[in-house]
Amino acid sequence: MAKSSQSRQFRKVNVDEFDENNFVDDVVEDGQTGPDEGEVTNLLNAKKNTEALKVVLANRPVGGGHQLQAKALQLAVRVLSVYRSNEIEAAVKSLSKDEIDTLMKYIYEGFAEPTDKSCGILLSWHEKAFAEGGVGSIVRVLTDRKSV
Amino acid sequence: MEKFQFGVEPVTCHAWNKDRTEIAVSLNSNEVKIYKKNGTKYECIHTLSEHTQRVTSIDWAPNSNKIVSCGTDRNAYVWTLNGNNTWKPSLVILRINRAATFVKWSPLENKFAVGSGARLVSVCYFEQENDWWVSKHIKKPIRSTVTCLDWHSNNILLATGSTDFKARVFSAYIKEIEDKPTATPWGKKMTFGILMAEFGQSSDGGWIHSVCFNKSGDLLAWVGHDSCVNIVNAVNEMKVTKLKTNFLPFLTVMWTGPQSLVTAGHDCELLLFRVDNSTNISFIKKLGEANKQTESKMSAMDMFRGMDKKASTAKDTTKSSVHQNSITCMSIHTGDKENTTKLTTSGNDGLMVTWNYKSLEAAAGDMKI
Repeated sequence: MAKSSQSRQFRKVNVDEFDENNFVDDVVEDGQTGPDEGEVTNLLNAKKNTEALKVVLANRPVGGGHQLQAKALQLAVRVLSVYRSNEIEAAVKSLSKDEIDTLMKYIYEGFAEPTDKSCGILLSWHEKAFAEGGVGSIVRVLTDRKSV
Repeated sequence: MEKFQFGVEPVTCHAWNKDRTEIAVSLNSNEVKIYKKNGTKYECIHTLSEHTQRVTSIDWAPNSNKIVSCGTDRNAYVWTLNGNNTWKPSLVILRINRAATFVKWSPLENKFAVGSGARLVSVCYFEQENDWWVSKHIKKPIRSTVTCLDWHSNNILLATGSTDFKARVFSAYIKEIEDKPTATPWGKKMTFGILMAEFGQSSDGGWIHSVCFNKSGDLLAWVGHDSCVNIVNAVNEMKVTKLKTNFLPFLTVMWTGPQSLVTAGHDCELLLFRVDNSTNISFIKKLGEANKQTESKMSAMDMFRGMDKKASTAKDTTKSSVHQNSITCMSIHTGDKENTTKLTTSGNDGLMVTWNYKSLEAAAGDMKI
């Protein structure tokens, strides 16, 4: 038998690349850095919790690699756990509609990767965010394709 | 408000005839049923069974009295009523390899458009010499199933919404049967299939469920699975405004006045939105909330009986809304997009409701902040 017929090289060709009807997702922009940890830490030390929260919400990385996203989530959970339970409602009320959506996205990402005590904190945030954003903001978490 | 229950099957879609005495519905099956109004009841007078699979959409041309239906069997049929009171089908070759999802007559009723899972829109027109409906395809740049369509009032432009999260406006100008169109705010050049405008990012938002031009055709509204209401103004440099709402996703949207928009969907209720001159959208009110009586106190016996029979301690499990399941289809019963007086909705609960929209809107107007 000819040697070329035994070659399995062709199996490594991704044929889907050559299908012109293939669905190509929108490319996400590179160079995202996510929230600045130093800035957030400074704000937290200065007791400016809500500003720290807004920094985290404004810089949610999308599609910037798993490591970056995990770091952002960790930072978000850290900020959220600073709040006392009676402060949460006021903090959520001070957020805009878009920020509540982003907060909801962080909360569900947090549920997906639970740590020791994060879920309890996230649940109390979820209750308040749901009261403001309604089922609509949960639906937008589900339909958002830019997952962390 | 008039209610009619077709049965336990969900109502996929409905379409009225011109004088609103007959309605064509698809009850989640391969048949199109025509019901005639008789007092407050409706009686089935015709069953059109030519489709071999589920019918997905029906449209009834008011003036030419033709019905067009499409289904997951990848076919569309144009039905005409002949002399001895029977509906005669004629097959339309759509040339698609996936299910047809949505069909709509153009305002002049000389052509219709069919959206499909084959990532294209078939625009069909009647060719006299062959005595045959022929179709032309709009393909690019649709990337996914076309779920909804709406015609501009000029009979040329066609809005589409699809599962690639985008709403688009195409030209569906067929030079064989139409005069050259005049320029609109959407653009000047209108060769067939040309993309006039495209809105939405593929990563933000959800599947588009419904699109709707306003009466003049300068504004386009669309709703998707992200519970948002979107409007674009072609006159004002294609400015897009978006309102994120607190509700479950909307399946259908309709202009009911120059500045009023009604949506319905998984919330099972009609929601009224107001659009101001700079196309800012604001939520006004849920329309026609049935005032459900506050629950009376439950006796212990009722509770245990409920737990035993229904595995639930709730006394009454019906929703406070009129529809008990998602509203999937909405149409104007009386009036037009500029001045609606009655609306008809049908949903997965098998119910069809005709709403006195004018009085509901007036009641909401009193509550306006």
